[in-house]
Amino acid sequence: MKPFLSALLRSRAGLFGFVLVMLFVAGAILAPYLGLASPIRSSLTSRMVAPTWTGLFSPGAHPLGTDELGRDILSRILYGSRTTLLIAAGAVILGGAVGTLLGIVAGYYRGIVDRILMRVVDIQLALPLMLLALLVVAAVGASTQNLVIVLALTSWLRYARIIRGQVLALREREFILSAHAIGAGTWRIMIKHLLPNVMTPVLVIATLELARIIIMDAALSFLGLGVQPPSPSWGRMLADGRVYITTAWWIVTFPGLAILLTVLSVNLLGDWLRDYFDPKLRTAR
Amino acid sequence: MTRYLLTKLIEAFIAIWGVVTIVFFVSRILGDPAVLLVPVGAGQQEIDNLRAALGLDRPLLEQYFHSLLSMLKGDFGISFQHTRPALDVVLERTPATASLAGLALLFGTLIGAAAGAIAALMRGTVAEFIVMVAALLGQATPTFWLGIMLILLFSVELGLLPTGGAGTWLHYILPGLTLSVFVSASIARLLRSSLLDIMREDYVRTARAKGLMPRTVFFWHIARNALIPVVTMIGIIAGELLGGSVVIETVFAWPGVGRVIVQGIQAQDFPVIQAGVTLVAAIFVFVNLLVDLLYGVLDPRIRRG
Repeated sequence: MKPFLSALLRSRAGLFGFVLVMLFVAGAILAPYLGLASPIRSSLTSRMVAPTWTGLFSPGAHPLGTDELGRDILSRILYGSRTTLLIAAGAVILGGAVGTLLGIVAGYYRGIVDRILMRVVDIQLALPLMLLALLVVAAVGASTQNLVIVLALTSWLRYARIIRGQVLALREREFILSAHAIGAGTWRIMIKHLLPNVMTPVLVIATLELARIIIMDAALSFLGLGVQPPSPSWGRMLADGRVYITTAWWIVTFPGLAILLTVLSVNLLGDWLRDYFDPKLRTAR
Repeated sequence: MTRYLLTKLIEAFIAIWGVVTIVFFVSRILGDPAVLLVPVGAGQQEIDNLRAALGLDRPLLEQYFHSLLSMLKGDFGISFQHTRPALDVVLERTPATASLAGLALLFGTLIGAAAGAIAALMRGTVAEFIVMVAALLGQATPTFWLGIMLILLFSVELGLLPTGGAGTWLHYILPGLTLSVFVSASIARLLRSSLLDIMREDYVRTARAKGLMPRTVFFWHIARNALIPVVTMIGIIAGELLGGSVVIETVFAWPGVGRVIVQGIQAQDFPVIQAGVTLVAAIFVFVNLLVDLLYGVLDPRIRRG
């Protein structure tokens, strides 16, 4: 853990990403305790108030302005981050678990199991992921649970392909052969011996997938297929605010900036993790 | 080479068949279009009549095989909304989507490749830093938001360009620019790291050591090999552009396939959804087939393997 932390501290980009990710997570968790205006209750007297920075800490302040229904945008962004992070984290965990498991099984058993799985991956890759997600969400309805499942569905194949490749190489190594020789069961070999050895690539893919899923989730709710109103979601805020683009630029600007910063920080962290764990790059430094 | 091509073609057909199957069954969960199509206040009898006329009353599997067979003949059924062949509805929107995506792919790749090469060759300079920061930002920006911001700047504030729609070349600028940013950011980052990897290879040192001109080394030994991952990436990006068309065409009111698919989903217009998604998947599979072949040209090792 110690070399990991000191390497993180030495990398400016990685540290920046890490700190920003932590800030977003903290903001999402602490949102109800920050004394913000309600993200849902509308107020007709304060519709489309421009951002003001005077009296920032007074109760009625709207540092990022209000939307067409008089709701505080800062509050909606923070509450929206709860939905986004919940859905994205759920999808990453589900997609990662399924993809990793299938990758290990395919790589370990090879043969017909492997061929069927890889064919399924190829078929799914022929369908642009956004179209797949759009179609399935439209069919099954846009609940939080469904969104997690659909986004995981667009994600599992990335793990499956890479982990399968890793396991194909690992299964010929001595420690797996000897585990086999002393009579360890297939399940035990997969969970106790193969899984720990593929956790590093899994972690790296998961971070980069998190960024992709956040954008895809926002795109779905931009098209009206995300979590349903009145729950705030970043994509929905963009879609609704777009109508008022000529009169109130802030409604559509800030939620987009929130997506950008979140994705940027997750990407920076992911890139750094990949470089850190890639032995080829590490010796080059 | 013939055998390689044949295998690839068969794989492509299997993939498209898989897509058709997925889309058929998923779109059937969407709901009953007959209920939406009858006039308000119509009785159950009228709904049943319409279902029978559209063939929606037959068993699902029968409908599936029936639609597979007709699709092979190029018949995707009649669009419920437009009351004419769904394939025609989709095909007449294809040029708009293809030209926009093609334009973005072309300009994005050129800009991205130039930026990536500059970043790799001028390692450690301000130029590299600027390119990398721009690329990171470009990759993290959701295209639909960037599109809205460009509309805000160029159409609303400056009044220079149309906010949406299609017609003149001016309409291409904002959506094209939006998509190019996304494309060039990915290409620049990938080409830079791939160039840096290859410049460390032994054969590059050998080429330099035997006194070849730097330009020769760069174009014949480094660039040619560094382009292989970029070609793969172009295939992936083509898929993202085609899938992303549903979003960007909504932002710019662009009359393309993506928008017609979104409208089809909202109206539960099965034939249009089916035709649109199948067409997009077919284009994507075809692009990836080209990428595979280009691969073989760039890297003879792949052909033999």
